Amino acid sequence: MRIDVAHIARLSRIAMSEEERAHFEEQLARIVDYVDQLQEVDVTDVPPTAHAITRHNVFRADEPRASLTNEQALANAPDEARGYFKVPAIIEEA
Amino acid sequence: MLCYANAHELVRRMQAGELSAQEITRAVLERIDEVEGTVGAYVNLCPERALETAGAVDDARARGTDLPPLAGVPIAVKDVICMQGMPTTCSSRILENFRPPYDATVARRVIDGRMPVLGKANMDEFAMGSSTENSAFHITRNPWDTERIPGGSSGGSAAAVAAGEAILALGSDTGGSIRQPACLCGVVGLKPTYGRVSRYGLVAFASSLDQIGPITRSVRDCALLLGAISGHDPLDSTSLDEPVPDYAASLERPVSGMRIGVPAEYFTEGIDGDVRESVEAAIDQLVSLGAKRVDISLPHTKYAVATYYIVATAEASSNLARYDGVHYGYRSKSADQASDASAIIALYENTRAEGFGDEVKRRIMLGTYALSAGYYDAYYLRALRVRTLLRRDFDAAFEKVDCVACPVSPTPAFRIGEKMDDPLSMYLSDIYTISANLAGIPGISVPCGLTSQGLPVGLQLLGSPLGEEALLRLAYAFEQSTEHHTVRPELAGKGAA
Amino acid sequence: MAAYEPVIGLEIHVELTTNTKVFCGCSTAFGAEPNTQVCPVCIGMPGVLPVINERVVEYAIRAALALNCRVAPQSSMDRKNYYYPDLPKNYQISQNYECFATDGWVDLSLPGGEHRVGIGNLHIEEDAGKNVHAEDTGLLGFSCVDLNRAGVPLLEIVSEPDIHTLEQLDAYMELMRGILVYIGVSDCRMEEGRLRFEANVSVREEGDASLPPFRVEMKNLNSVKICHQAVEFEIERQSEALERGETPSSETRLWDPKRRITQTMRSKEEAKDYRYFPEPDLVPLVIEQAWVERVRAGLPELPHHKRERLVAEYGLPEYDAAVLTTDGAVADLFEGAVAAGAPAKEASNWVMGELFLLLKEDERDASSLPPETPGVLSEVIGYVSSGRINRNAAKTVFEEWYRIGVAPDAIIKERGLEVVGGGAELEGIARGVIEANEKPVADFRAGKKQAIGFLVGQVMKETRGSADANAAREALLKLLS
Repeated sequence: MRIDVAHIARLSRIAMSEEERAHFEEQLARIVDYVDQLQEVDVTDVPPTAHAITRHNVFRADEPRASLTNEQALANAPDEARGYFKVPAIIEEA
Repeated sequence: MLCYANAHELVRRMQAGELSAQEITRAVLERIDEVEGTVGAYVNLCPERALETAGAVDDARARGTDLPPLAGVPIAVKDVICMQGMPTTCSSRILENFRPPYDATVARRVIDGRMPVLGKANMDEFAMGSSTENSAFHITRNPWDTERIPGGSSGGSAAAVAAGEAILALGSDTGGSIRQPACLCGVVGLKPTYGRVSRYGLVAFASSLDQIGPITRSVRDCALLLGAISGHDPLDSTSLDEPVPDYAASLERPVSGMRIGVPAEYFTEGIDGDVRESVEAAIDQLVSLGAKRVDISLPHTKYAVATYYIVATAEASSNLARYDGVHYGYRSKSADQASDASAIIALYENTRAEGFGDEVKRRIMLGTYALSAGYYDAYYLRALRVRTLLRRDFDAAFEKVDCVACPVSPTPAFRIGEKMDDPLSMYLSDIYTISANLAGIPGISVPCGLTSQGLPVGLQLLGSPLGEEALLRLAYAFEQSTEHHTVRPELAGKGAA
Repeated sequence: MAAYEPVIGLEIHVELTTNTKVFCGCSTAFGAEPNTQVCPVCIGMPGVLPVINERVVEYAIRAALALNCRVAPQSSMDRKNYYYPDLPKNYQISQNYECFATDGWVDLSLPGGEHRVGIGNLHIEEDAGKNVHAEDTGLLGFSCVDLNRAGVPLLEIVSEPDIHTLEQLDAYMELMRGILVYIGVSDCRMEEGRLRFEANVSVREEGDASLPPFRVEMKNLNSVKICHQAVEFEIERQSEALERGETPSSETRLWDPKRRITQTMRSKEEAKDYRYFPEPDLVPLVIEQAWVERVRAGLPELPHHKRERLVAEYGLPEYDAAVLTTDGAVADLFEGAVAAGAPAKEASNWVMGELFLLLKEDERDASSLPPETPGVLSEVIGYVSSGRINRNAAKTVFEEWYRIGVAPDAIIKERGLEVVGGGAELEGIARGVIEANEKPVADFRAGKKQAIGFLVGQVMKETRGSADANAAREALLKLLS
């Protein structure tokens, strides 16, 4: 099973050297081979379980709760300016 | 030694005026001073804060104020649980200096419960691992044999309790991360029913599997701590709105007539001989106390690990996407390593490459793969269906029995570094603990002996949803009828060779 | 060029005006200082969890009913995974597999007739924050992120590709906006970003009923005008491509408002793989029929029901009914005028004519008019039908009341606007006009029939506009024959 680690790493936003890619590919291939045994289970008419509990309709009232101050919100920010979180310029162009 | 006393005993003595909270906290801090260099159970310590809390408890008691049940009992909190006033790191570089501006609900209950917090316990990074070797900062050593791992991912919490570096501890369990380290360190660890304890403030690994739970040296302490942290939380949509029983009060009820299921699939080859012997003996012991042994089958057991490593990693790949160097946490200094990408993508990719360890990267990628276009149905959705089958296995079993008894881990603690090259082999050792998380049912590990090499073995009991009382009752009866819980590791302190 | 038919689907994102965000208790108010309406939950800090705001669900039911959708008895939330600095968790909680409501429709009233646009689905999701760029901050080389908007509740309403002309597009946007404001779920202030459009555009040869094999997506069309311009440009661009024998690619394009063109987006995001999966932190929504009925009972009469009723009860043409029901206050005004005695068609003409003109001039809403308005309207209409004043005078009277508030009766008397009525009086004036205007009279007699117009004008002048023009014409004709 050939896994396109470069593609997966890109989707996961993790930079990787060629060596690392090869290393992970080998490990992931073995793991995926192992989990492939699930294909042999008969799951006809078996619904998926996405939640371990059976609650539904858990709500809160539309009432305000204290927000953080700007200082608190930015206290852990790696870079900030004028009350904003600061990142390298995002360019959306043709 | 005070640092090895049980919480309920300490509370009694404080109430009787024989001991102060400060004395207890100091004793434990001294013990930490002595052995922490060897054990490495903690990521960050906060001794002043602990002593302050203890002092306040003593003052309150002197004034005659009513105190919560565990007031003054020092506790270690796994560093995956957010607490204000100090970093919450998840043993990861990416959160090394992260200081949350809020407390987890469970942390709030600990603080409101006036338990002095000694520090944040070491763990596998983001709770991913079974040995605490994946911590980005340092390993934790098993107090019973310091060349061996304490288990994981709550290795720090379990080791602290085993070494007398805490009276109580909180861990988290996604695939066995409380029960397995508790087992390998010879202490008691319980994973509650999913939704019994709030997850608000528990840094998420796999949202539909994670639960916070107690790690203690006795079943009674476990019952007390479970009671203190359980209950509905309006901040957690998945928390159960069910009353919390007085777990300690029902401990001494008789166990005769309780039916214990022994699943054939959990006793196949691959289990260490000493482990099998101890667990079988423990089950026999329960029968001698009046419980009834019932042979059962949990036919889909062999698919549990595969199911878990798809479901858990899929959720994790999404839960860990937020660690990107933008709003908090570590940000890479290097400009663009990925030359064809825009600067913001380079920021993400380098931050995560540098901030995460290998196991975390592995699981993120596995999870991303399982959810990716073309694979979602074959992997993720299919795994969710097999999960239903695993749950049904337990539902059927609990029609016939009150609890299921089995090993926690196929082997005792292995050597440091022994399994680091083989992730799959590490995953396979989770086989006995994983199903409980997938099914959302509670499970406890209680010490049941030592191997011929003097390494702890644990008996695991699994209960039906919200069946913690039955588990604790059986575990208590077992504990009280044996001497296992009285044995302590011989741990050399500072200055020893 | 061969004839090409546009195939357009519109996605509307509407920010609900609840007090708090969808998953946390932060305020949704617009215009606050950056990052002051945020908390650990909407910043996506480690360990936080979402809890759904009940009012959001209530509003979703309202919107679903107003758009004739089927509310799913059970729906659930899913995670849409992608990385962007204004999306703090790097996933958006949305709905993909089990949407809140489906299979709805709205009818557009157009001069050419009605046109139905299907609504594929309506679902709940959270808004992202805002990226502020160097042009606005002066921080060259950097973008700034404000998370105040992150977590604001959104309804996404996805139409079927049933829109085939720009006229239908405009009508759809206006109608949807009107409905959402009408039912009170959003103020839809586009300048505040409360309502945003995304268009999916393709073209096919006219007569071809199949869906084209390509589709161009355009996001962030933040006003009706921009959406219209972008779609218009795209239709032309695609038509020209097809004409040249090329098939346009399926892609996302950006509208450049300065150069007035659409362009391919550069970011080579491989076809977005959002890896949707069920949101494990939120439990499913079960919407019982009883809840739906409670919401239905609390809703104001929905526009299309009102439209049908106006046609049935008042005998109004479809077109009138459609125009009158675009705004609840307008419809109420009309009905109030009829209740006060005005004939339905007259009332309708007046509302759609004079009243709309006045409101447009002053850029105000019908809801801001004083409560006496229907009564006054009815009164003025009554004066015309009784012959007391003519229509022109009536316009003046009404406008005067609107501007200064003086009672119509008083204005009529003060300005002597009463129709010069009785045949005798009018006849006298007509006679005088004929005598004073020999040449036009001669022209008329010589066969130039339109000269009568001039003479009528002279009668109007004599009566200071208060004569009834038709009566004047008749009186003149009688005298000249």
